Amino acid sequence: MEEYRLELKHVSKSFGEVQALEDINFHLGRNEVVGLLGDNGAGKSTLIKIITGYHQPTSGEIYFNGGKVDHLTVPKARELGIETVYQERALAELQTLWRNIFLGRELTTSMGFLDIQRMRDETHRLMTESMGFTSHAVSPDSTVGKYSGGEKQGVAIVRALFFNADIVVLDEPTMGLSLKESAKLINFVNGIKQAGKSAIFIDHNILHVHNVADRVVVIDRGKVAGEFQTKHIGLNELMDKMVRVAETGSLN
Amino acid sequence: MNSPTNANAPEVTQQYKPPFNLRRFIRTNSAQLGILGVFVTLWIIFIVSAPKTFLAPQIYSAFMSSTPFFAIMAIPLTIVVIAKEMDLSFPSIMAMGMVSFNYTYGATAFIHNATIQVFLAIVAGLVTGAIIGWLNGFIIVKFGIPSLVVTIGTQFLWSGAALVLVQGANFSLEYIKQTFFYNLFVGKIGPYFPMQMFWLVVVTILGWVVLNQHRFGAHVYLIGDNINSAELMGINTGRVRIQVFMLVGVVSAFAGILASFYVSYFWPTLGDGYLLQTLASVFLGGTSVLGGTGTILGTFLGAFIIGAIEAATVAVGLTGFWTNFIYGLIIVLSVIMHMYLRKRGE
Repeated sequence: MEEYRLELKHVSKSFGEVQALEDINFHLGRNEVVGLLGDNGAGKSTLIKIITGYHQPTSGEIYFNGGKVDHLTVPKARELGIETVYQERALAELQTLWRNIFLGRELTTSMGFLDIQRMRDETHRLMTESMGFTSHAVSPDSTVGKYSGGEKQGVAIVRALFFNADIVVLDEPTMGLSLKESAKLINFVNGIKQAGKSAIFIDHNILHVHNVADRVVVIDRGKVAGEFQTKHIGLNELMDKMVRVAETGSLN
Repeated sequence: MNSPTNANAPEVTQQYKPPFNLRRFIRTNSAQLGILGVFVTLWIIFIVSAPKTFLAPQIYSAFMSSTPFFAIMAIPLTIVVIAKEMDLSFPSIMAMGMVSFNYTYGATAFIHNATIQVFLAIVAGLVTGAIIGWLNGFIIVKFGIPSLVVTIGTQFLWSGAALVLVQGANFSLEYIKQTFFYNLFVGKIGPYFPMQMFWLVVVTILGWVVLNQHRFGAHVYLIGDNINSAELMGINTGRVRIQVFMLVGVVSAFAGILASFYVSYFWPTLGDGYLLQTLASVFLGGTSVLGGTGTILGTFLGAFIIGAIEAATVAVGLTGFWTNFIYGLIIVLSVIMHMYLRKRGE
Protein backbone atom coordinates (compact mmCIF):
# COMPACT_ATOMS: atom_id res chain seq x y z
CA MET A 1 0.00 0.00 0.00
CA GLU A 2 1.25 3.45 -0.84
CA GLU A 3 2.11 5.49 2.17
CA TYR A 4 0.47 8.90 2.17
CA ARG A 5 2.01 12.05 3.56
CA LEU A 6 -1.22 12.71 5.34
CA GLU A 7 -4.41 10.78 5.72
CA LEU A 8 -7.68 11.50 7.52
CA LYS A 9 -10.00 8.59 8.26
CA HIS A 10 -13.66 9.13 9.15
CA VAL A 11 -13.00 12.54 10.63
CA SER A 12 -15.99 14.43 11.99
CA LYS A 13 -16.13 17.74 13.77
CA SER A 14 -19.03 19.44 15.44
CA PHE A 15 -19.21 22.76 17.24
CA GLY A 16 -22.01 22.25 19.72
CA GLU A 17 -25.10 21.53 17.62
CA VAL A 18 -23.43 22.39 14.34
CA GLN A 19 -21.97 19.48 12.40
CA ALA A 20 -19.13 21.15 10.48
CA LEU A 21 -17.54 18.01 9.07
CA GLU A 22 -19.02 14.57 8.73
CA ASP A 23 -17.08 11.37 8.10
CA ILE A 24 -14.32 12.92 5.99
CA ASN A 25 -11.82 10.62 4.29
CA PHE A 26 -8.97 12.54 2.79
CA HIS A 27 -5.42 11.85 1.78
CA LEU A 28 -2.47 13.75 0.44
CA GLY A 29 0.20 11.86 -1.46
CA ARG A 30 3.90 12.52 -1.61
CA ASN A 31 4.74 15.35 -3.94
CA GLU A 32 1.08 15.96 -4.65
CA VAL A 33 -0.84 19.23 -4.76
CA VAL A 34 -4.48 18.80 -3.78
CA GLY A 35 -7.01 21.53 -4.38
CA LEU A 36 -9.93 21.85 -1.98
CA LEU A 37 -13.05 23.33 -3.51
CA GLY A 38 -16.35 24.12 -1.92
CA ASP A 39 -18.78 26.91 -1.28
CA ASN A 40 -18.55 29.26 1.70
CA GLY A 41 -19.26 27.37 4.88
CA ALA A 42 -18.73 23.97 3.24
CA GLY A 43 -16.12 23.12 5.89
CA LYS A 44 -12.86 23.76 4.03
CA SER A 45 -11.37 25.97 6.72
CA THR A 46 -12.46 23.62 9.49
CA LEU A 47 -10.79 20.75 7.67
CA ILE A 48 -7.60 22.79 7.34
CA LYS A 49 -7.64 23.73 10.99
CA ILE A 50 -7.94 20.07 11.95
CA ILE A 51 -4.93 19.23 9.78
CA THR A 52 -2.90 22.03 11.35
CA GLY A 53 -3.89 21.03 14.88
CA TYR A 54 -5.88 24.16 15.67
CA HIS A 55 -9.13 22.23 16.05
CA GLN A 56 -9.30 18.70 17.40
CA PRO A 57 -11.67 16.37 15.55
CA THR A 58 -14.73 15.13 17.43
CA SER A 59 -14.06 11.66 16.04
CA GLY A 60 -11.83 10.02 13.45
CA GLU A 61 -8.14 9.40 12.96
CA ILE A 62 -5.22 11.34 11.54
CA TYR A 63 -2.13 9.72 10.04
CA PHE A 64 1.17 11.31 9.08
CA ASN A 65 3.48 9.29 6.86
CA GLY A 66 1.51 6.21 7.84
CA GLY A 67 1.74 6.79 11.58
CA LYS A 68 -1.29 7.62 13.67
CA VAL A 69 -1.18 10.91 15.54
CA ASP A 70 -3.28 11.48 18.63
CA HIS A 71 -4.11 14.90 20.06
CA LEU A 72 -2.62 16.91 17.24
CA THR A 73 -1.74 20.45 18.35
CA VAL A 74 -0.35 23.36 16.37
CA PRO A 75 3.23 22.95 17.67
CA LYS A 76 3.04 19.20 17.01
CA ALA A 77 1.80 19.74 13.47
CA ARG A 78 4.60 22.20 12.80
CA GLU A 79 7.11 19.69 14.12
CA LEU A 80 5.66 17.09 11.75
CA GLY A 81 6.40 19.47 8.91
CA ILE A 82 3.09 21.21 8.21
CA GLU A 83 3.24 24.92 7.54
CA THR A 84 0.14 26.95 6.88
CA VAL A 85 -0.63 30.16 5.11
CA TYR A 86 -3.91 31.04 6.76
CA GLN A 87 -6.75 32.90 5.14
CA GLU A 88 -6.53 35.46 7.95
CA ARG A 89 -2.75 35.44 7.39
CA ALA A 90 -2.05 35.12 11.10
CA LEU A 91 0.21 38.14 11.32
CA ALA A 92 0.78 40.46 14.25
CA GLU A 93 0.53 43.79 12.51
CA LEU A 94 2.02 46.02 15.19
CA GLN A 95 5.16 43.89 15.34
CA THR A 96 8.26 43.96 13.20
CA LEU A 97 8.81 41.72 10.20
CA TRP A 98 11.36 39.50 11.89
CA ARG A 99 9.04 38.87 14.82
CA ASN A 100 6.31 37.84 12.39
CA ILE A 101 8.54 35.50 10.40
CA PHE A 102 9.50 33.67 13.58
CA LEU A 103 6.10 33.97 15.26
CA GLY A 104 5.70 31.09 17.69
CA ARG A 105 9.06 29.56 16.67
CA GLU A 106 11.55 32.14 17.75
CA LEU A 107 15.20 31.22 17.34
CA THR A 108 16.70 31.12 20.78
CA THR A 109 20.10 30.68 22.30
CA SER A 110 19.89 29.14 25.73
CA MET A 111 17.06 29.23 28.26
CA GLY A 112 14.66 30.81 25.82
CA PHE A 113 16.65 33.97 25.19
CA LEU A 114 16.03 35.33 21.72
CA ASP A 115 18.74 35.22 19.08
CA ILE A 116 17.61 38.53 17.66
CA GLN A 117 20.57 39.16 15.35
CA ARG A 118 20.20 35.77 13.71
CA MET A 119 16.45 36.25 13.23
CA ARG A 120 17.05 39.62 11.59
CA ASP A 121 19.76 38.18 9.36
CA GLU A 122 17.52 35.34 8.26
CA THR A 123 14.62 37.69 7.66
CA HIS A 124 16.80 39.90 5.52
CA ARG A 125 18.05 36.93 3.53
CA LEU A 126 14.55 35.52 3.01
CA MET A 127 13.26 38.88 1.90
CA THR A 128 15.86 39.46 -0.75
CA GLU A 129 16.29 35.86 -1.93
CA SER A 130 12.84 34.36 -1.66
CA MET A 131 10.41 37.23 -1.66
CA GLY A 132 12.28 39.54 -3.96
CA PHE A 133 11.38 42.48 -1.76
CA THR A 134 13.61 45.39 -2.58
CA SER A 135 11.34 48.19 -1.36
CA HIS A 136 12.92 50.28 1.38
CA ALA A 137 9.70 50.18 3.35
CA VAL A 138 10.23 46.46 3.90
CA SER A 139 13.11 45.81 6.26
CA PRO A 140 13.40 43.26 9.07
CA ASP A 141 12.65 46.05 11.55
CA SER A 142 9.66 47.56 9.78
CA THR A 143 6.16 46.98 11.09
CA VAL A 144 4.05 44.55 9.11
CA GLY A 145 0.86 46.61 9.44
CA LYS A 146 2.19 49.08 6.89
CA TYR A 147 2.63 46.53 4.11
CA SER A 148 0.40 46.06 1.07
CA GLY A 149 -1.85 43.00 0.82
CA GLY A 150 0.62 41.25 -1.45
CA GLU A 151 3.54 41.97 0.84
CA LYS A 152 1.62 40.65 3.84
CA GLN A 153 0.79 37.49 1.94
CA GLY A 154 4.46 37.25 1.00
CA VAL A 155 5.38 37.33 4.67
CA ALA A 156 2.91 34.56 5.48
CA ILE A 157 4.28 32.44 2.63
CA VAL A 158 7.93 33.01 3.36
CA ARG A 159 7.27 32.05 6.96
CA ALA A 160 5.96 28.69 5.72
CA LEU A 161 8.95 28.37 3.43
CA PHE A 162 11.64 29.04 5.98
CA PHE A 163 10.95 26.06 8.16
CA ASN A 164 11.35 23.54 5.31
CA ALA A 165 7.84 22.19 5.47
CA ASP A 166 6.93 18.84 3.94
CA ILE A 167 3.32 19.92 3.58
CA VAL A 168 2.34 23.50 2.84
CA VAL A 169 -1.29 24.41 3.40
CA LEU A 170 -2.57 27.50 1.63
CA ASP A 171 -6.00 28.74 2.70
CA GLU A 172 -7.39 31.26 0.19
CA PRO A 173 -3.95 32.66 -0.55
CA THR A 174 -4.99 34.80 -3.50
CA MET A 175 -7.69 36.66 -1.60
CA GLY A 176 -7.12 40.38 -1.90
CA LEU A 177 -4.12 40.00 -4.20
CA SER A 178 -3.60 41.80 -7.50
CA LEU A 179 -3.42 39.80 -10.72
CA LYS A 180 0.36 40.07 -10.79
CA GLU A 181 0.67 39.00 -7.17
CA SER A 182 -1.67 36.07 -7.80
CA ALA A 183 0.46 34.91 -10.71
CA LYS A 184 3.52 35.06 -8.48
CA LEU A 185 1.71 32.98 -5.92
CA ILE A 186 0.75 30.32 -8.47
CA ASN A 187 4.42 30.13 -9.39
CA PHE A 188 5.26 29.64 -5.78
CA VAL A 189 2.83 26.70 -5.48
CA ASN A 190 4.36 25.15 -8.58
CA GLY A 191 7.72 25.63 -6.89
CA ILE A 192 6.53 23.57 -3.91
CA LYS A 193 5.66 20.75 -6.29
CA GLN A 194 9.03 20.94 -8.02
CA ALA A 195 10.83 20.87 -4.69
CA GLY A 196 9.25 17.47 -4.10
CA LYS A 197 6.87 18.63 -1.38
CA SER A 198 3.13 18.38 -0.95
CA ALA A 199 0.55 21.09 -0.72
CA ILE A 200 -3.11 21.60 0.00
CA PHE A 201 -4.49 24.55 -1.88
CA ILE A 202 -7.82 26.19 -1.16
CA ASP A 203 -9.15 28.90 -3.37
CA HIS A 204 -12.43 30.34 -4.55
CA ASN A 205 -10.94 30.75 -7.97
CA ILE A 206 -11.50 27.43 -9.74
CA LEU A 207 -9.10 28.50 -12.49
CA HIS A 208 -6.23 28.82 -10.01
CA VAL A 209 -7.01 25.48 -8.43
CA HIS A 210 -7.32 23.72 -11.75
CA ASN A 211 -4.03 25.24 -12.79
CA VAL A 212 -1.88 24.07 -9.92
CA ALA A 213 -3.58 21.04 -8.37
CA ASP A 214 -2.97 17.42 -9.37
CA ARG A 215 -6.24 16.44 -7.81
CA VAL A 216 -9.30 18.33 -6.72
CA VAL A 217 -11.45 17.39 -3.75
CA VAL A 218 -14.90 18.93 -3.60
CA ILE A 219 -16.41 19.50 -0.18
CA ASP A 220 -20.06 20.25 0.28
CA ARG A 221 -22.01 20.67 3.51
CA GLY A 222 -19.29 19.05 5.59
CA LYS A 223 -18.86 16.00 3.36
CA VAL A 224 -16.58 14.99 0.53
CA ALA A 225 -18.83 15.28 -2.52
CA GLY A 226 -16.29 13.92 -4.95
CA GLU A 227 -12.78 14.12 -6.32
CA PHE A 228 -11.16 14.42 -9.74
CA GLN A 229 -7.72 14.21 -11.27
CA THR A 230 -7.28 17.58 -12.93
CA LYS A 231 -5.79 15.98 -16.01
CA HIS A 232 -9.03 14.04 -16.51
CA ILE A 233 -11.42 16.92 -16.15
CA GLY A 234 -11.68 20.14 -18.09
CA LEU A 235 -12.09 23.50 -16.45
CA ASN A 236 -15.60 24.01 -17.83
CA GLU A 237 -16.77 20.61 -16.72
CA LEU A 238 -15.39 21.24 -13.23
CA MET A 239 -17.15 24.57 -13.04
CA ASP A 240 -20.46 23.04 -14.09
CA LYS A 241 -20.08 20.39 -11.42
CA MET A 242 -19.33 23.00 -8.76
CA VAL A 243 -22.48 24.93 -9.61
CA ARG A 244 -24.50 21.73 -9.56
CA VAL A 245 -23.13 20.76 -6.16
CA ALA A 246 -23.95 24.14 -4.72
CA GLU A 247 -27.54 23.88 -5.99
CA THR A 248 -28.41 20.24 -5.52
CA GLY A 249 -25.77 18.81 -3.21
CA SER A 250 -24.83 16.23 -5.84
CA LEU A 251 -22.13 16.28 -8.49
CA ASN A 252 -24.10 14.61 -11.25
CA MET B 1 8.70 22.47 22.23
CA ASN B 2 9.77 25.58 20.37
CA SER B 3 13.50 25.37 20.74
CA PRO B 4 14.54 22.52 18.42
CA THR B 5 13.48 24.60 15.40
CA ASN B 6 17.08 25.72 15.12
CA ALA B 7 17.87 22.31 13.69
CA ASN B 8 16.16 22.72 10.34
CA ALA B 9 16.89 26.41 9.93
CA PRO B 10 19.40 27.02 7.17
CA GLU B 11 22.76 28.53 8.03
CA VAL B 12 23.07 32.27 7.98
CA THR B 13 24.73 33.36 4.79
CA GLN B 14 24.93 37.09 5.33
CA GLN B 15 24.83 39.52 8.19
CA TYR B 16 22.10 42.09 8.14
CA LYS B 17 23.34 45.42 9.45
CA PRO B 18 21.23 48.34 8.39
CA PRO B 19 23.00 51.69 8.37
CA PHE B 20 22.02 53.88 11.30
CA ASN B 21 19.18 56.12 10.32
CA LEU B 22 18.14 58.86 12.73
CA ARG B 23 14.64 59.19 11.32
CA ARG B 24 13.99 55.49 11.63
CA PHE B 25 15.39 55.50 15.15
CA ILE B 26 13.04 58.33 16.12
CA ARG B 27 10.09 56.62 14.51
CA THR B 28 10.63 53.22 16.12
CA ASN B 29 11.27 54.76 19.54
CA SER B 30 8.74 57.56 19.35
CA ALA B 31 6.82 56.54 22.48
CA GLN B 32 9.91 56.42 24.65
CA LEU B 33 11.35 59.61 23.21
CA GLY B 34 7.97 61.30 23.69
CA ILE B 35 7.75 60.51 27.38
CA LEU B 36 11.45 61.34 27.78
CA GLY B 37 10.62 64.75 26.29
CA VAL B 38 7.77 65.24 28.77
CA PHE B 39 10.06 64.14 31.59
CA VAL B 40 12.88 66.53 30.68
CA THR B 41 10.49 69.42 30.00
CA LEU B 42 8.82 69.05 33.38
CA TRP B 43 12.19 68.75 35.04
CA ILE B 44 13.39 71.99 33.46
CA ILE B 45 10.16 73.70 34.51
CA PHE B 46 10.70 72.49 38.08
CA ILE B 47 14.34 73.62 38.16
CA VAL B 48 13.51 77.03 36.74
CA SER B 49 10.58 77.61 39.10
CA ALA B 50 12.17 76.21 42.27
CA PRO B 51 15.94 76.11 41.72
CA LYS B 52 16.76 75.81 45.43
CA THR B 53 14.73 72.64 45.78
CA PHE B 54 15.51 71.02 42.46
CA LEU B 55 19.25 71.62 42.42
CA ALA B 56 19.75 69.97 45.81
CA PRO B 57 20.11 66.16 46.23
CA GLN B 58 17.55 65.85 49.03
CA ILE B 59 14.50 66.13 46.77
CA TYR B 60 15.83 63.38 44.51
CA SER B 61 16.50 61.20 47.50
CA ALA B 62 12.89 61.75 48.54
CA PHE B 63 11.61 60.80 45.07
CA MET B 64 13.72 57.68 45.07
CA SER B 65 12.34 56.74 48.50
CA SER B 66 8.64 57.00 47.74
CA THR B 67 8.29 56.31 44.02
CA PRO B 68 9.62 52.71 43.91
CA PHE B 69 6.71 51.34 45.97
CA PHE B 70 4.29 51.83 43.09
CA ALA B 71 6.79 52.07 40.22
CA ILE B 72 7.98 48.53 40.87
CA MET B 73 4.44 47.21 40.33
CA ALA B 74 4.02 49.31 37.21
CA ILE B 75 6.75 47.21 35.52
CA PRO B 76 4.90 43.84 35.47
CA LEU B 77 1.64 45.72 35.00
CA THR B 78 3.10 47.09 31.76
CA ILE B 79 3.64 43.51 30.61
CA VAL B 80 0.00 42.71 31.47
CA VAL B 81 -1.28 45.70 29.50
CA ILE B 82 0.93 44.85 26.50
CA ALA B 83 -0.71 41.40 26.54
CA LYS B 84 -4.05 43.29 26.25
CA GLU B 85 -5.10 42.36 29.74
CA MET B 86 -5.73 44.46 32.84
CA ASP B 87 -5.06 43.90 36.51
CA LEU B 88 -6.74 46.05 39.15
CA SER B 89 -6.16 43.61 41.99
CA PHE B 90 -2.49 44.30 42.70
CA PRO B 91 -3.15 46.65 45.68
CA SER B 92 -4.93 43.82 47.49
CA ILE B 93 -2.01 41.48 46.70
CA MET B 94 0.30 43.89 48.56
CA ALA B 95 -1.89 43.44 51.64
CA MET B 96 -2.36 39.69 51.28
CA GLY B 97 1.36 39.16 50.83
CA MET B 98 1.98 40.93 54.13
CA VAL B 99 -0.80 38.99 55.87
CA SER B 100 0.97 35.84 54.79
CA PHE B 101 4.24 37.34 55.96
CA ASN B 102 2.81 37.99 59.43
CA TYR B 103 1.27 34.55 59.74
CA THR B 104 4.51 32.88 58.74
CA TYR B 105 6.56 34.98 61.11
CA GLY B 106 4.20 34.11 63.96
CA ALA B 107 4.02 30.42 63.07
CA THR B 108 7.80 30.04 62.97
CA ALA B 109 8.38 31.60 66.41
CA PHE B 110 9.81 28.27 67.63
CA ILE B 111 12.89 28.87 65.45
CA HIS B 112 13.98 31.74 67.73
CA ASN B 113 15.96 33.35 64.97
CA ALA B 114 14.47 36.55 63.59
CA THR B 115 16.54 36.43 60.39
CA ILE B 116 15.40 32.94 59.40
CA GLN B 117 11.83 33.76 60.40
CA VAL B 118 11.81 36.93 58.32
CA PHE B 119 13.36 35.08 55.40
CA LEU B 120 10.63 32.42 55.53
CA ALA B 121 8.01 35.13 55.91
CA ILE B 122 9.30 36.91 52.80
CA VAL B 123 9.19 33.68 50.81
CA ALA B 124 5.63 33.04 52.03
CA GLY B 125 4.59 36.55 51.01
CA LEU B 126 6.02 36.17 47.52
CA VAL B 127 4.45 32.72 47.10
CA THR B 128 1.10 34.12 48.18
CA GLY B 129 1.44 36.82 45.53
CA ALA B 130 2.21 34.20 42.89
CA ILE B 131 -0.79 32.10 43.91
CA ILE B 132 -3.21 35.03 43.82
CA GLY B 133 -1.81 36.07 40.43
CA TRP B 134 -2.20 32.51 39.20
CA LEU B 135 -5.80 32.46 40.38
CA ASN B 136 -6.54 35.73 38.54
CA GLY B 137 -5.04 34.30 35.36
CA PHE B 138 -6.77 30.97 35.79
CA ILE B 139 -10.23 32.54 36.16
CA ILE B 140 -9.59 34.85 33.20
CA VAL B 141 -8.31 32.12 30.89
CA LYS B 142 -10.53 29.17 31.89
CA PHE B 143 -13.82 31.02 32.11
CA GLY B 144 -13.04 33.56 29.41
CA ILE B 145 -14.06 36.51 31.56
CA PRO B 146 -12.42 39.86 30.74
CA SER B 147 -9.54 40.52 33.12
CA LEU B 148 -10.86 44.00 33.99
CA VAL B 149 -13.99 42.42 35.46
CA VAL B 150 -12.25 39.53 37.21
CA THR B 151 -9.65 41.72 38.90
CA ILE B 152 -12.22 44.24 40.14
CA GLY B 153 -13.77 41.26 41.88
CA THR B 154 -10.53 39.83 43.24
CA GLN B 155 -9.38 43.29 44.39
CA PHE B 156 -12.42 43.46 46.70
CA LEU B 157 -12.07 39.80 47.62
CA TRP B 158 -8.43 39.89 48.74
CA SER B 159 -8.45 43.31 50.37
CA GLY B 160 -11.48 42.09 52.30
CA ALA B 161 -9.77 38.81 53.10
CA ALA B 162 -6.77 40.70 54.48
CA LEU B 163 -9.00 42.65 56.85
CA VAL B 164 -10.87 39.54 57.97
CA LEU B 165 -7.71 37.49 58.51
CA VAL B 166 -6.13 40.01 60.87
CA GLN B 167 -9.47 41.25 62.22
CA GLY B 168 -8.54 44.77 61.16
CA ALA B 169 -5.54 44.85 63.48
CA ASN B 170 -2.44 46.88 62.72
CA PHE B 171 0.87 46.37 64.45
CA SER B 172 4.53 47.21 64.53
CA LEU B 173 7.20 45.26 62.65
CA GLU B 174 10.09 46.65 64.71
CA TYR B 175 11.70 43.18 64.80
CA ILE B 176 12.68 43.40 61.15
CA LYS B 177 15.27 46.01 62.07
CA GLN B 178 17.31 43.30 63.81
CA THR B 179 17.68 41.47 60.51
CA PHE B 180 19.82 42.43 57.55
CA PHE B 181 16.71 42.32 55.37
CA TYR B 182 15.77 45.75 56.67
CA ASN B 183 18.93 47.31 55.28
CA LEU B 184 18.81 45.13 52.20
CA PHE B 185 15.30 46.27 51.26
CA VAL B 186 14.86 49.79 52.57
CA GLY B 187 18.27 50.87 53.86
CA LYS B 188 20.46 53.44 52.16
CA ILE B 189 23.63 53.38 50.10
CA GLY B 190 25.51 56.52 51.10
CA PRO B 191 23.48 59.45 52.35
CA TYR B 192 21.01 59.70 49.52
CA PHE B 193 20.43 56.44 47.65
CA PRO B 194 17.61 54.30 49.09
CA MET B 195 17.69 50.54 48.60
CA GLN B 196 14.08 50.39 47.37
CA MET B 197 15.33 52.38 44.39
CA PHE B 198 17.97 49.73 43.81
CA TRP B 199 15.24 47.06 43.79
CA LEU B 200 13.17 49.11 41.39
CA VAL B 201 16.17 49.24 39.03
CA VAL B 202 16.64 45.48 39.36
CA VAL B 203 12.98 44.75 38.59
CA THR B 204 13.04 47.24 35.71
CA ILE B 205 16.07 45.59 34.13
CA LEU B 206 14.61 42.11 34.65
CA GLY B 207 11.31 43.29 33.17
CA TRP B 208 13.11 44.77 30.16
CA VAL B 209 15.12 41.60 29.56
CA VAL B 210 12.08 39.34 29.87
CA LEU B 211 10.02 41.52 27.56
CA ASN B 212 12.61 42.25 24.89
CA GLN B 213 15.20 39.51 24.98
CA HIS B 214 13.17 36.44 25.88
CA ARG B 215 10.69 34.27 24.05
CA PHE B 216 8.17 34.92 26.81
CA GLY B 217 8.16 38.65 26.05
CA ALA B 218 7.90 38.02 22.32
CA HIS B 219 4.79 35.97 22.97
CA VAL B 220 3.36 38.68 25.24
CA TYR B 221 3.62 41.23 22.41
CA LEU B 222 2.09 38.80 19.91
CA ILE B 223 -0.82 37.91 22.19
CA GLY B 224 -1.58 41.56 22.82
CA ASP B 225 -1.31 42.35 19.14
CA ASN B 226 -3.39 39.51 17.72
CA ILE B 227 -4.29 36.62 19.99
CA ASN B 228 -5.86 34.72 17.13
CA SER B 229 -2.63 34.78 15.11
CA ALA B 230 -0.69 33.74 18.18
CA GLU B 231 -2.97 30.73 18.62
CA LEU B 232 -2.82 29.75 14.96
CA MET B 233 0.97 29.81 15.21
CA GLY B 234 0.90 27.47 18.17
CA ILE B 235 1.55 29.79 21.09
CA ASN B 236 -0.01 28.57 24.33
CA THR B 237 -1.81 31.84 24.95
CA GLY B 238 -3.53 30.64 28.11
CA ARG B 239 -0.29 29.72 29.82
CA VAL B 240 1.46 32.96 28.87
CA ARG B 241 -1.45 35.05 30.14
CA ILE B 242 -1.56 33.17 33.44
CA GLN B 243 2.20 33.70 33.85
CA VAL B 244 1.80 37.41 33.20
CA PHE B 245 -0.66 37.70 36.09
CA MET B 246 1.66 35.67 38.30
CA LEU B 247 4.43 38.20 37.62
CA VAL B 248 2.20 41.01 38.85
CA GLY B 249 1.34 38.91 41.87
CA VAL B 250 4.92 38.25 42.93
CA VAL B 251 6.09 41.81 42.36
CA SER B 252 3.06 43.30 44.14
CA ALA B 253 3.71 41.12 47.17
CA PHE B 254 7.32 42.31 47.06
CA ALA B 255 6.16 45.94 46.84
CA GLY B 256 3.95 45.32 49.87
CA ILE B 257 6.95 44.00 51.77
CA LEU B 258 9.06 47.01 50.78
CA ALA B 259 6.34 49.50 51.73
CA SER B 260 5.73 47.82 55.10
CA PHE B 261 9.45 47.51 55.88
CA TYR B 262 9.92 51.19 55.07
CA VAL B 263 7.58 52.22 57.90
CA SER B 264 8.26 49.06 59.97
CA TYR B 265 4.56 48.77 60.42
CA PHE B 266 1.76 46.58 59.12
CA TRP B 267 -1.51 48.14 58.02
CA PRO B 268 -4.23 45.73 56.84
CA THR B 269 -5.35 48.46 54.44
CA LEU B 270 -1.95 48.32 52.73
CA GLY B 271 -2.32 48.99 49.03
CA ASP B 272 -4.99 51.68 49.29
CA GLY B 273 -3.98 54.63 47.17
CA TYR B 274 -1.61 52.73 44.91
CA LEU B 275 -4.08 51.76 42.19
CA LEU B 276 -4.35 54.91 40.11
CA GLN B 277 -0.74 56.04 40.45
CA THR B 278 0.50 52.69 39.20
CA LEU B 279 -1.94 52.53 36.30
CA ALA B 280 -1.19 56.14 35.39
CA SER B 281 2.55 55.34 35.22
CA VAL B 282 1.87 52.60 32.66
CA PHE B 283 -0.30 54.74 30.41
CA LEU B 284 1.84 57.84 30.82
CA GLY B 285 4.75 55.71 29.63
CA GLY B 286 3.05 55.13 26.30
CA THR B 287 1.78 51.58 26.72
CA SER B 288 -1.42 51.19 24.74
CA VAL B 289 -4.52 49.81 26.41
CA LEU B 290 -5.25 48.23 23.02
CA GLY B 291 -2.30 45.85 23.54
CA GLY B 292 0.71 44.91 21.47
CA THR B 293 2.77 48.04 22.15
CA GLY B 294 4.49 49.46 25.19
CA THR B 295 7.88 49.79 26.80
CA ILE B 296 9.39 49.26 30.21
CA LEU B 297 11.52 52.40 29.98
CA GLY B 298 8.41 54.48 29.25
CA THR B 299 6.71 53.16 32.38
CA PHE B 300 9.83 53.84 34.45
CA LEU B 301 9.89 57.48 33.36
CA GLY B 302 6.12 57.74 33.72
CA ALA B 303 6.34 56.56 37.33
CA PHE B 304 8.90 59.23 38.19
CA ILE B 305 6.80 61.94 36.60
CA ILE B 306 3.87 60.80 38.76
CA GLY B 307 6.17 60.52 41.77
CA ALA B 308 7.59 64.02 41.31
CA ILE B 309 4.45 65.99 40.68
CA GLU B 310 3.17 66.09 44.24
CA ALA B 311 6.42 67.34 45.75
CA ALA B 312 7.04 69.62 42.81
CA THR B 313 3.63 71.26 43.04
CA VAL B 314 4.35 72.37 46.54
CA ALA B 315 7.98 73.27 45.82
CA VAL B 316 7.09 75.59 42.96
CA GLY B 317 4.80 77.50 45.30
CA LEU B 318 1.36 76.13 44.48
CA THR B 319 -0.88 74.79 47.23
CA GLY B 320 -1.39 71.05 47.58
CA PHE B 321 -4.88 71.51 46.17
CA TRP B 322 -3.31 71.76 42.73
CA THR B 323 -1.74 68.30 42.80
CA ASN B 324 -4.56 66.22 41.35
CA PHE B 325 -5.35 68.88 38.78
CA ILE B 326 -1.77 68.84 37.51
CA TYR B 327 -1.64 65.03 37.58
CA GLY B 328 -4.73 64.96 35.41
CA LEU B 329 -3.45 67.58 33.03
CA ILE B 330 -0.14 65.83 32.44
CA ILE B 331 -1.73 62.41 32.06
CA VAL B 332 -4.35 63.59 29.57
CA LEU B 333 -1.87 65.59 27.51
CA SER B 334 0.67 62.74 27.47
CA VAL B 335 -1.89 60.17 26.39
CA ILE B 336 -2.95 62.47 23.54
CA MET B 337 0.72 62.86 22.61
CA HIS B 338 1.19 59.09 22.54
CA MET B 339 -1.84 58.57 20.34
CA TYR B 340 -0.57 61.23 17.95
CA LEU B 341 2.92 59.67 17.82
CA ARG B 342 1.46 56.21 17.24
CA LYS B 343 -0.71 57.42 14.35
CA ARG B 344 2.29 59.09 12.75
CA GLY B 345 4.43 56.01 13.23
CA GLU B 346 1.99 53.87 11.26
